[in-house]
Amino acid sequence: MVKEVSDITVQKVWDVLNQIPDPDIPVISIVELGIVRNVAVKGNNVEVTITPSYSGCPAMHVFKEDIITALTNIGAQKVEINIAHSPAWTTDWLSNNVKEKLKNYGIAPPEQNSETEVLFSNKKITCPFCSGTHTKRTSQFGSTPCKALWYCNNCQQPFEYFKCY
Amino acid sequence: MMNTKNALYNFCLRLADNNLILAQRLAEWCSKGPILEEDLAITNMSLDLFGQAESFYDYAAAVIESNSSADELAFLRSEREYLNTLMVEQPNGDFAFTMMKQMLFSAYTKLLYESLSKSVDRTLAGLSAKALKEAKYHLRHSSEWVIRLGNGTNESKERVQFALNELWPFVDDMFAMDENDEALITIGVIENTKDIKPKWLMFIKQILEEANLQITSNTNSISCGIKGIHTEHLGHLLCEMQYLQRAYPGAKW
Repeated sequence: MVKEVSDITVQKVWDVLNQIPDPDIPVISIVELGIVRNVAVKGNNVEVTITPSYSGCPAMHVFKEDIITALTNIGAQKVEINIAHSPAWTTDWLSNNVKEKLKNYGIAPPEQNSETEVLFSNKKITCPFCSGTHTKRTSQFGSTPCKALWYCNNCQQPFEYFKCY
Repeated sequence: MMNTKNALYNFCLRLADNNLILAQRLAEWCSKGPILEEDLAITNMSLDLFGQAESFYDYAAAVIESNSSADELAFLRSEREYLNTLMVEQPNGDFAFTMMKQMLFSAYTKLLYESLSKSVDRTLAGLSAKALKEAKYHLRHSSEWVIRLGNGTNESKERVQFALNELWPFVDDMFAMDENDEALITIGVIENTKDIKPKWLMFIKQILEEANLQITSNTNSISCGIKGIHTEHLGHLLCEMQYLQRAYPGAKW
């Protein structure tokens, strides 16, 4: 049966998108990550504007497919995904609530403003497991473009740090 | 007068080519890094640069309303059609060589993207603002290594000094400009990027001083890369990178 009147609303689209997890960090949604910039609904057609997180992040391709699948499931006929490059995505957009979720998941959230790091920084990141600050960076890079590798000397656990960006 | 759309197309193609060729070089380190953390670091930098290349190719194609995909631009152009600077196509050498090359190049792209992120062309500005964050991160990583190696053992110092001597002649090519730049400066899409070189030199000299390294070779004042004239290394790199698409046109993962 074809519905005459669309029951897809902008709010409903946002709610659905907020259910789509980041493929690399499933405790936060793509909305919480801040990559969804705008939603527009025209009848049964939906237009979603997203902004890339990291230039080469393979998760971007997954985001697009997940968005199309999720919106098709609630009856969207045509889903168009636009890419907005300006303003560039930044970890400054992560809310405190999202940072708390990252921490509880075992990933240290970004701590300083994205612009401030210097050469041979002796900045200590707080361990997400024991909240110890006797930590050291083992690698500036990690398993995904968004993370760096750290080690906690207090609880002797390696942990991941969400890069400031 | 130069068609401004073509000028922007060539300019974006050049940015993309620089990133793609260096990304491909860095990817050669995959599973061969001196330690696991550096293997991760180098391949992560490679991934960032592949991503930047893809965005700039997509934008280049959009500017001239062409249907060419980023893949087609990467895999189906020949050596003479590549506009990258000679520095990025040079072989990796050892770890010190790779880090020195990365530092010289990232210091350049950092300044370039800083300038481009203020462009009146909003897409170019946005892409550059994102690439700038990555360039800064790569620059920090490679600068720290240059300083560490320069102050390390006799051997590490010797190797990183050798890298500087070998790479310095390619510096001028990185700053080469042509009629495309002139056209874009005239219409205000890009700032005069001539100002970048003195700033770059000041930064590099500061790092080299901290690393106890000396500039011993002269730069060759060449501008070949943007004319599509390359060292012998690019052809070999493209052979490997393009083989699959050339042998099996349109093959997909």
